[in-house]
Amino acid sequence: MTTMTEPAGRHEAAFAGSLALPGDYWELLKPRVMSLVIFTAAAGLVVAPGHVNIVVALVSLLATAVGAGASGALNMAYEADIDGVMKRTSGRPIPTGRVTSGEATAFGIVLSVFSVMLIGIAANWLSAALLAFTIVFYALVYTVWLKRATPQNIVIGGAAGALPPMIGYSIVTNSVTLDSVILFLIIFVWTPPHFWALALLKSDDYAKAGIPMMPNVKGTARTRVEILLYTIVLAPLGVMPWATGLAGPVYGVVAAVTGAVMLWLAWRCFSVRVGTEADKAAKNLFAFSILYLFLLFAVLLAERGLALASHLGL
Amino acid sequence: MARPKPPTGIVLSPAQQRSRRARNVAIGVAVGLLVLLVYALTIAKLGGHVGDRAL
Repeated sequence: MTTMTEPAGRHEAAFAGSLALPGDYWELLKPRVMSLVIFTAAAGLVVAPGHVNIVVALVSLLATAVGAGASGALNMAYEADIDGVMKRTSGRPIPTGRVTSGEATAFGIVLSVFSVMLIGIAANWLSAALLAFTIVFYALVYTVWLKRATPQNIVIGGAAGALPPMIGYSIVTNSVTLDSVILFLIIFVWTPPHFWALALLKSDDYAKAGIPMMPNVKGTARTRVEILLYTIVLAPLGVMPWATGLAGPVYGVVAAVTGAVMLWLAWRCFSVRVGTEADKAAKNLFAFSILYLFLLFAVLLAERGLALASHLGL
Repeated sequence: MARPKPPTGIVLSPAQQRSRRARNVAIGVAVGLLVLLVYALTIAKLGGHVGDRAL
């Protein structure tokens, strides 16, 4: 009889004897990130010109979300060492020992392959290629290379988070157009001010884990300048879908007003640099940046949904 | 009647057995959903007039 501690068949024993529950694997998929991916991809899908079967659309969105989740599992498999050090991530399944890195890697690879094949069969192979690129970019380029190497990690790595609306758009059109590039750019340019506002508040945590975030490497003053510069680019970019005709006037007004608020908060973050007021300014910018992106994509969805409802006479 | 043989190989604790069973059920449900999805997708892609084509 083999016991769990004997060397013979140790790997089999470790796997069979795992205490991991399905919920632990679900946690590896970063469900909150998956819900954001579904949301932004759905916006890209709904605003795209043309028609797509509802079943094809739902299966493709599901595949996109699973692909994003798979890249999250691969990210957690690789980052277990730094996740264990940081307060925000120390309760994840791998640092707590509920799932091994090897199991998470296998889980991530299997889901990556299935999700890319599924969207390719359901929609088209351009969407599959974009999803595959998103997974590889996040799991390898960002996680393995950029994150620990440069303070520009989240700038370049932000491309992975910005691709879902482009995937949603290509599910319908089988193409990449100026409109889908604009949706990509909005999230891409939004990412640095969003994450650097958080990094200003959590710089000790990132330093402890040895991650070269902008405030730790270039200093908080430089970070505040860059936050402001990116927001100056972001605010007009947010209005672009209205300017190109992709979105309607309601979107234009919402994007202009919320863009102005983003600019004001970025200016506060830039100009108030010491004490609790400085922390408050960074916190306000971080919190509002989430609302900003949510509102832009929610209005895109709502506008097109209402237009569709009136077209159908509902 | 012969007495049951003592277990050989890897012996799991009750907690480990429960976890493995839960994982197996989850895998079963996921595979079942995948089959349903591919079936629905196939029907959707075939369209409404699949029976009208010339053989």
